[in-house]
Amino acid sequence: MRAFGLIIVLLTGGLLLWGVRDFPLFGAADSPANGGVVTAYYLQHTMQDARVPNAVTTVLADYRSYDTMFETAVIFTAGIAIFAILRVFDDRGGRRLRKSQDAPVKGDQYRIIVGTTSRLLIAPIQLFALYVLVHGHHSPGGGFQGGVIIGASFLLLAVARNLQTSLDRFPERRFLAMGAGGVLIYAGTGLLCMLLGRNFLDYGALQAVLPATGPEMARSHGIFAVEIGVAVTVSASMFAVYAMLASRGRLKDGL
Amino acid sequence: MPTPFQILLHNFNYVCYVVLLMIGLHAMITKRNLIKKLIGMSVFSTAIILFYVSIGVNNGGDMLAGHDGRPVGNIPVLEHGIGHDAITHPETIDPRRYANPLPHVLMLTAIVVGVATLGVALAITQRVFQDYGTLEEDEILAQLNNPQENDD
Amino acid sequence: MTEHFPVFIVLIPFFGALLCGLLGMRWPRVCPGIALAGMGLAVVVAAAILQRVAEVGEWSYFVGKWEQPRGIGIELRVDGINALVLSAVAVVGWLVAVFSPGRLGRDEESKPTQFYILFLLLMTGLFGITVTGDAFNLYVMIEISALTGYALLAMGPHSRARLATFNYLIMGTIGASFYLLGVGYLYLHTGMLNMAGIHTVLAANPASSVALVAFTLIMVGLWLKMALFPLGGWLPNVYTYGPPLAAAAAAPLVTKVTVYVMVRMMVTVFGWKWVFGGGGWNEAVVWLAVVAILAGALMALAAKDLKRMLCCLILSEVGYMVGGAWLANRWGMTGAIYHILGDAFMTLTLFLAAGVLAGRAAIFKLERFEGMFRRQPWVMAAFAVGALGMIGLPPTCGFFSKWFLIRGGLEAGHYGYVGALIVSSLINAVLFFRIFEIAVFGSKPGKHGYDGPQVVVEPDGVKAKGGDLLALYGAAAMVVVVGLGSGWISGVIQRALEVNGVPLAAPAVLAPAVDETPTNDH
Repeated sequence: MRAFGLIIVLLTGGLLLWGVRDFPLFGAADSPANGGVVTAYYLQHTMQDARVPNAVTTVLADYRSYDTMFETAVIFTAGIAIFAILRVFDDRGGRRLRKSQDAPVKGDQYRIIVGTTSRLLIAPIQLFALYVLVHGHHSPGGGFQGGVIIGASFLLLAVARNLQTSLDRFPERRFLAMGAGGVLIYAGTGLLCMLLGRNFLDYGALQAVLPATGPEMARSHGIFAVEIGVAVTVSASMFAVYAMLASRGRLKDGL
Repeated sequence: MPTPFQILLHNFNYVCYVVLLMIGLHAMITKRNLIKKLIGMSVFSTAIILFYVSIGVNNGGDMLAGHDGRPVGNIPVLEHGIGHDAITHPETIDPRRYANPLPHVLMLTAIVVGVATLGVALAITQRVFQDYGTLEEDEILAQLNNPQENDD
Repeated sequence: MTEHFPVFIVLIPFFGALLCGLLGMRWPRVCPGIALAGMGLAVVVAAAILQRVAEVGEWSYFVGKWEQPRGIGIELRVDGINALVLSAVAVVGWLVAVFSPGRLGRDEESKPTQFYILFLLLMTGLFGITVTGDAFNLYVMIEISALTGYALLAMGPHSRARLATFNYLIMGTIGASFYLLGVGYLYLHTGMLNMAGIHTVLAANPASSVALVAFTLIMVGLWLKMALFPLGGWLPNVYTYGPPLAAAAAAPLVTKVTVYVMVRMMVTVFGWKWVFGGGGWNEAVVWLAVVAILAGALMALAAKDLKRMLCCLILSEVGYMVGGAWLANRWGMTGAIYHILGDAFMTLTLFLAAGVLAGRAAIFKLERFEGMFRRQPWVMAAFAVGALGMIGLPPTCGFFSKWFLIRGGLEAGHYGYVGALIVSSLINAVLFFRIFEIAVFGSKPGKHGYDGPQVVVEPDGVKAKGGDLLALYGAAAMVVVVGLGSGWISGVIQRALEVNGVPLAAPAVLAPAVDETPTNDH
């Protein structure tokens, strides 16, 4: 088996390297990918079409936003899938009433420094997350990055104190609903465009309902709307995945 | 006509990605421990990300200087202050001065998919551990071949 | 509204899943209703798309209206081939939705809400794969259907299911990653992700090792995902031990839709001339398919329980389709595409019947069929229809797909493939008539390779309910309907192939299908 696996790996590697032989040189500006019509269009028209200087954001959330919608759906799927595989309900009834304040968890007294530091840090982290989310139009950032940072702030709380503390602030029902809700914001924006008589996810149609001066600004706002949806889903699913895995699906005192 | 060695040197990123990919693939198909397989899976998908991002690198010939003479960062975000020209005269923007945005977008998707797959795989691994008490494939198979373990 | 249908069919199950996610937490009862209504609507929309495409030939939809220059946005593209696959996926999905309520526990522990969310997302992924005209979007959709598939199959009570699913996940990830790599090579070579755009560039400069490597990677990746024999070792355990409902949803569709992706890659992205233009490697792939057909059939012959036998038959059927597609002529390709539809319904019928008969148990030994015609006559009747389809008797669709495939094989002069088809049909006949014999006469010790003690057959806990029978008969009826409509369906496929540049078939070699008749003797 080992030798067999090694042969397969070497064959694959050889095949890939054989293809590398004919690649355009690394970093070449005139390679088909970099010098093609598509790339040139993206860079030249990102301002004209959507008033967004960050071409990555425009491609992500406008030109190829259909991809991104399903990418968000992948995250939602991961949250639901892990719930479906792992979640066990072993103490019925009591699980939603239990508060961490009522029952101090063993080892809490050793966490004063870590706990206090994290409490100080969490608010700035979340504020920074919002900045990253909002500033995705002009600099690297956007819904995924912002959402991950929000999710990470809850993870920090769970690691620094305990999972229950995080769950009190972000309970199960809420993150499950938010996972679906974020994708719904995204898909709903697209559907709204369709109801306004344009193609699916053609944000130009949102001109009619948003305070925008033209289809370009409407696209900019549409991108922003879907980024919010992405952030909601990503933060909820990140936390859901962590909470399920850390507590072996019991959503009680885990890691 | 560049020699093969020059091609190798110029395409160093691509060679690196192939090596990384081989490491990951090897771990995925020959390791008997489930977690090691997952580590291999992470290396494998990271290698693909390296490959895609390498496609998008654009050294722009010799044009690494902005409109005011300063060198531009090679990220696909239009320079500050280019605003009005870009709206009215899109053809004034030279795409050779920016990295290709498309591979970055695609890799955002691939990263997300990789994370999602890893999460689901870890969940399954946890359940396997709960069922069998081990993550070594050989030990699990030994348990399965044990006749009293026969679950109908 | 009709102009949005290509995106609409993806959105219906997608919104259904999101609604289930929002409402299902509080009111789990609404989920089956949403699934049923959503998939019903999807069937209607798919039928409308099929009807329109049969008239106009091709139908493009640009998401976000990013049309020019080509390739900046994502294009959804429907032609005859994927309109047919869409309809098959929709009908199978609807039948599984009909089948599901009686099979799921209502308690929180069996997670009915999550089942429906994942099921609808699986349908979203499959519709998305089928309808898309963008190579990268296809990858995203493959991953959605794969992730939901892993979760659905790992949800069940059976501990072996999880281990099998883990292997499936590893293999599936390798397959999808190879596909992604192949797309990356294509993008590097052509600067395009749009399928038609890639085709234009490739047709202009055909000779390139990059494109060759891309093609190899994509094909190997897809073969891994569709479980072509030497790469498909993961499949039998996954569908045997997985929850029956999930297996009934995934087994008929996931492999077939992957076969469709292969066809799409060969016909639309790389193009007929490019694929079959140089080198004799299509010969080699057909021989690989021959090995897959025979290996699947032999493994099925060795199987002692129903589900494993059906899974091995899937391996064999994948060989049919891959071989047919690689015969390099129009009849073989038509047969392969037609078989995607036919096999989806046959597999569905058999898996639904197995789900009813076996209940929640993973293992259903063949000897438990004893007296089954008496105890579950209705279920067995539908099972028989599916079985006759697998054997290939008219008027089921199995007969016509074999007819097309054999015709393609004869035209290509590939007698090994034709022989493998006939041998596998004979083995199928042996398999299923053995089951019928047990079901009618009982299993006698010492015969049929079974010589253990007589099993006392306990009455099955699960009786067929209304929804079960409706789904089962719907599936069985579709096996016959696809068979009776074979003329029209093959016409649609041929027109679509012609648009995609598949050369006209040589003057028809009319080989009579006498090969099928001896099967009656068993």
